[in-house]
Amino acid sequence: MNVMDTRATSALLYLDGVHVSFDGFHAINNLSLTLAPGEMRAIIGPNGAGKTTMMDIITGKTKPDEGTVLFDGVTDLTRLDETRIAELGIGRKFQKPTVFESQTVQDNLLLALNVDHSVRGTLFWRGSKAESERIDKVLETIRLTDARNRLAGSLSHGQKQWLEIGMLLAQDPKLLLVDEPVAGMTDVETHLTAELLKEINKTHTVMVVEHDMTFVRELGVKVTCLHEGTVLAEGTIDQVSSNDRVVEVYLGR
Amino acid sequence: MTPHMLTRSLDRGATIFLLVVAALGVLIPLSNLLLPAGSFLQVPTYLVALWGKYVCYAILALSIDLIWGYCGILSLGHGAFFALGGYAMGMYLMRQIGSRGVYGNPVLPDFMVFLNYSKLPWYWYGFDMFWFAALMVLFVPGLLAFCFGWLAFRSRVTGVYLSIITQAMTYALLLAFFRNDFGFGGNNGLTDFKDILGFNVQAEGTRAALFALSCLALILSFLICRSVVSSKLGKVLIAIRDAESRSRFLGYRVESYKLFVFTLSACMAGVAGALYVPQVGIINPSEFAPGNSIEAVIWVAVGGRGTLVGAALGAVVVNYAKTLFTSGMLAPYWLFMLGALFILVTLLLPKGIVGTFNAWWDQSKEKSVAAASASAAAEDGVTEPKMAE
Repeated sequence: MNVMDTRATSALLYLDGVHVSFDGFHAINNLSLTLAPGEMRAIIGPNGAGKTTMMDIITGKTKPDEGTVLFDGVTDLTRLDETRIAELGIGRKFQKPTVFESQTVQDNLLLALNVDHSVRGTLFWRGSKAESERIDKVLETIRLTDARNRLAGSLSHGQKQWLEIGMLLAQDPKLLLVDEPVAGMTDVETHLTAELLKEINKTHTVMVVEHDMTFVRELGVKVTCLHEGTVLAEGTIDQVSSNDRVVEVYLGR
Repeated sequence: MTPHMLTRSLDRGATIFLLVVAALGVLIPLSNLLLPAGSFLQVPTYLVALWGKYVCYAILALSIDLIWGYCGILSLGHGAFFALGGYAMGMYLMRQIGSRGVYGNPVLPDFMVFLNYSKLPWYWYGFDMFWFAALMVLFVPGLLAFCFGWLAFRSRVTGVYLSIITQAMTYALLLAFFRNDFGFGGNNGLTDFKDILGFNVQAEGTRAALFALSCLALILSFLICRSVVSSKLGKVLIAIRDAESRSRFLGYRVESYKLFVFTLSACMAGVAGALYVPQVGIINPSEFAPGNSIEAVIWVAVGGRGTLVGAALGAVVVNYAKTLFTSGMLAPYWLFMLGALFILVTLLLPKGIVGTFNAWWDQSKEKSVAAASASAAAEDGVTEPKMAE
């Protein structure tokens, strides 16, 4: 068994040689990346570096033209659709907070719980004590207990971001993909979010895409810098930010 | 449907609605049959039939509200399912005529004799039995909706594109049913019905019974819709309506949900059509006209989308207005009025009649709660000094 094979089986997420192009534009170019179980990884990169497209590929929204995307070392994600991938245990928080605005905070979490998602299961669903306890716990974690009966659409931007993280917690996936969690947040909220993600990382594998360098520094995890759809640099935040090429693409020289 | 699903689904508005429909369903037939003709409180037979028609439209409106109001599927072809249910019932009624037709053929309906059919087409088999026809009333619209929905939802056809292909579907059926060789009476459709389950369809008693049955069907459809939308499935439907791809990323198979609710809705529309046909005495291809389906969507918009009660109310209100204004000197302007109504509702009452009322009700309730707590505070003597003086 060579080195590549062992990596493929031990990594929770394994991307190798992935290519995607939209009408001739190469959004993702020979992208290779692995994420170990229990790891938290920050993904940085200038606009158009392919960060969101990478998440689209992992969650089945976009099919790559070529390359391998393996989950848990065995499951080929390129063959599955969004629903199936979500069922496997990959949760996603979007760049723009997308919560179900016309439903209450509580119902948003109820919808996210990783219980029977079949038509029959939801039609004949009866709430259980275990479910409501889990919802209570998530509400407490995301500090929205007092807002549980409010409509999600009436929450502030920061609260919506948190509700969406709460939905990820309710979903309890093996891998959390978090796209720009602190966009539009105040400094205090940003700090609290970093604390929350570190807490979540104790039990889950997390991939965070973020522009905010203070936030990334606060997370204190391994950083991958993407540029033009490929990995430019990988390492600690200090290593990456002192990398000449990274400085070059960020400053546009 | 389990008991807990029913109790959970009934709020005050729903209970009032059910009581009103039940009362009408009992009182109108009784007044028609028991009170002497011409007395002030007696409902004349023509009105029983007219209101029976409205009730059928209300069921159709409910079926549209279920998919449009709660799942965001704007079907502009629901009239097709209504008409298919109607045709299934019409075929039963045709077979009941037997040898009493103009040509006296014991098996073939008049139009087939006229068109030189030598034997009954295979797809007319079984329609001499009521139970079979009743099953087809559900099965034919349901099957079409299932096949159509399976292809459309799996290919993720949504929004205006879906609306357009539903229009195309009903238009294609319109053209098909217009053809004489399609075997459903062509342009003239099916008519000259004699009796249903042995009762004369023209008789007052039968009409009263059909009205009562239509009310019962409306009540049942309403209960089914309420149970669906107040279950967790209802929350998933709303989630799909508001953020479809988000629901997929949570692990919901969106196409299965849409398919379920679309098929259920089509079956409901079929029942409405089946009850409509014996009361109006005819079913012809014009029921497939795209305009009919669009009109039905307007009823729902006027009454209030996503409220169920509003859909039923909208169907009755708009059709009552239609009856009022299409007779007399305003008749040529009805379509203008319908168009104006749609524009006015969209601009001034985007939530429809019931939606606007609900919003107003919630607001005034909030205000009264606030006022009550303020006055309670005043009694405790903790308000501004001016009040205390």
